[in-house]
Amino acid sequence: MSRVGAKRARVQGMKKDYLKIRLFLFSALAVLLILGALFSEQICPCDPYGQDLAKALQAPNPGHLMGTDAYGRDMLSRVIAGSKVSILSTLSLVAFIAVFGTAAGVFCGYVEGLPDSVLMRISDLCLAFPGLVFALAVAAILGGGVLNAAIALAAISWPKYARLARSRTLEMKGRSFIEAAFLSGDTDLQLMTRHILPNIAGPILVTAMLDIGTMMMELAGLSFLGLGAQPPTAEWGSMMSSGRSMLQTYPWVVLSPGLAVFATVAVFNLLGDTVRDYLDPGQ
Amino acid sequence: MKYVGKRILQLLPILLAITFLSFGMMRIAGSDVVEQKMLNTGAAASDEVIEKARRELGLDKPFLVQYFVWLGRLLKGDMGTSYVSGKKVFELFVSRLPATLLLTAVSILLTIAVSIPLGIVSAVFRDTALDYIIRFFSFIGNSMPNFFVSLVLMYVLAIRLRLFPVISREPGLKSVTMPAVTLAIAMSAKYLRQVRAAILEELGKDYVDGARARGVHFLVILWFSVMRSSLLTIITLLALSIGSLLGGTAIVESIFMWDGVGKLAVDAIHMRDYPMIQAYVMWMAIIYVTVNLITDLCYQLLDPRIRLSGGER
Repeated sequence: MSRVGAKRARVQGMKKDYLKIRLFLFSALAVLLILGALFSEQICPCDPYGQDLAKALQAPNPGHLMGTDAYGRDMLSRVIAGSKVSILSTLSLVAFIAVFGTAAGVFCGYVEGLPDSVLMRISDLCLAFPGLVFALAVAAILGGGVLNAAIALAAISWPKYARLARSRTLEMKGRSFIEAAFLSGDTDLQLMTRHILPNIAGPILVTAMLDIGTMMMELAGLSFLGLGAQPPTAEWGSMMSSGRSMLQTYPWVVLSPGLAVFATVAVFNLLGDTVRDYLDPGQ
Repeated sequence: MKYVGKRILQLLPILLAITFLSFGMMRIAGSDVVEQKMLNTGAAASDEVIEKARRELGLDKPFLVQYFVWLGRLLKGDMGTSYVSGKKVFELFVSRLPATLLLTAVSILLTIAVSIPLGIVSAVFRDTALDYIIRFFSFIGNSMPNFFVSLVLMYVLAIRLRLFPVISREPGLKSVTMPAVTLAIAMSAKYLRQVRAAILEELGKDYVDGARARGVHFLVILWFSVMRSSLLTIITLLALSIGSLLGGTAIVESIFMWDGVGKLAVDAIHMRDYPMIQAYVMWMAIIYVTVNLITDLCYQLLDPRIRLSGGER
């Protein structure tokens, strides 16, 4: 028994070490991507908006590693500039829905009764309403831009967090440590923020980490459909959309921003998976 | 039966609220429907013509009156006429449904055929090379946006290899392949993981060890016990996916020029064809409600422990 136990402990220890290495590696990659997005203007080899028609539609070459587009703009610079829009807006979007949804969910689960039913019915409504149409309505009211797409996605995706937080809060409420805290005189707000929130934060963090990739693809998708970032803004989805007709003759115009989305989403998904394995080893 | 009735009663208000929300949003978004209509037809209109058109459409009445008139017509199946083509919205919408249904059916079948066997194999041969290879591909599929997959498939299969037409003229077996494969790649990647997790969870339970100790063949346990209990997860996922596919996959349908409801919605949005957009919103709401109902019922059928009172957790 003890030998088997020791072996099992050793294997688990190794797994934990391996997980730590993975966590460090993917966090580093993600931080690198975010830094690249923040300082995109400094690292672009050329001006992402500088047109030079004489150099239009060049195949990838040493001067332009990803070739040039129909206006002679350097694709690599545009892809780097696009990371700013895509990565930063996705991260703010996910942070917003996670915080807002969790707050709503904890509140609902804690209070129950009428406010809970009302908020949950609103969340049903948001889930049943197509994001495309939300994006259109927002665009009509606020004008174009990547913000529309972000607002539309926020409107349809916060309920996921609200429901998760609500059901976890309901579970927590029955626990004796919450009652103890209540008896020792903690206010409702203290109970929610100091006792319930830290205990439900794990699964919410995991959901949020795994959501980054999905949201990035959704945002790029809305831009691809013309409901998000508008040309000439360097954004991956809209770059792919405007290059679509050139797929046959100048595929790099379409494929390089596509590869950028793929690589970025992959890094954030890897990080998300690792965080999940780390926080929730049972899975 | 009583339970079904109760759930429908709970879900009906959502439908009603959606009608109100979509009507209100379109009124705010389309600040002036008449101008938009004139713009679409390309005619320059004088103020009197606009005034007259506005009266004809009932736009001079208060908002709530307009809403109830619109709702009354909606209940009779009259969704108005499209601003762009002038055809009846309802008929136009229904005429696009078969294409979306075909795409949904083919991509779901592909997904089931790929993800369930691979998910089972991956769970049974956990942590072997086979498992890692399957998971690697699932990861790749999960990280590619569908517009990228579509364009890559188009580039490789249609432009380079010339196996399929780049753009299909009419829905058929050959033209459905590329859009269906695109959708199936992302879905299979997702389901494979879920199937794997569900099977692993079941395999870890005591009854599996017990059955094996009693000499029941592993395949028998896998098929008759493990699969049966994992079915719940799989069915829920499938219902959700079928729901979102029936809503038309705007991006994939637009890229492959597939004349389904998703492309119809995107086109309507670009043309600001509000009656059409409202039809799409209603369709999505109906799907949402139906899918919810069906998953609830499936849960009931497969797991009698779930309380009949339908308490929501």
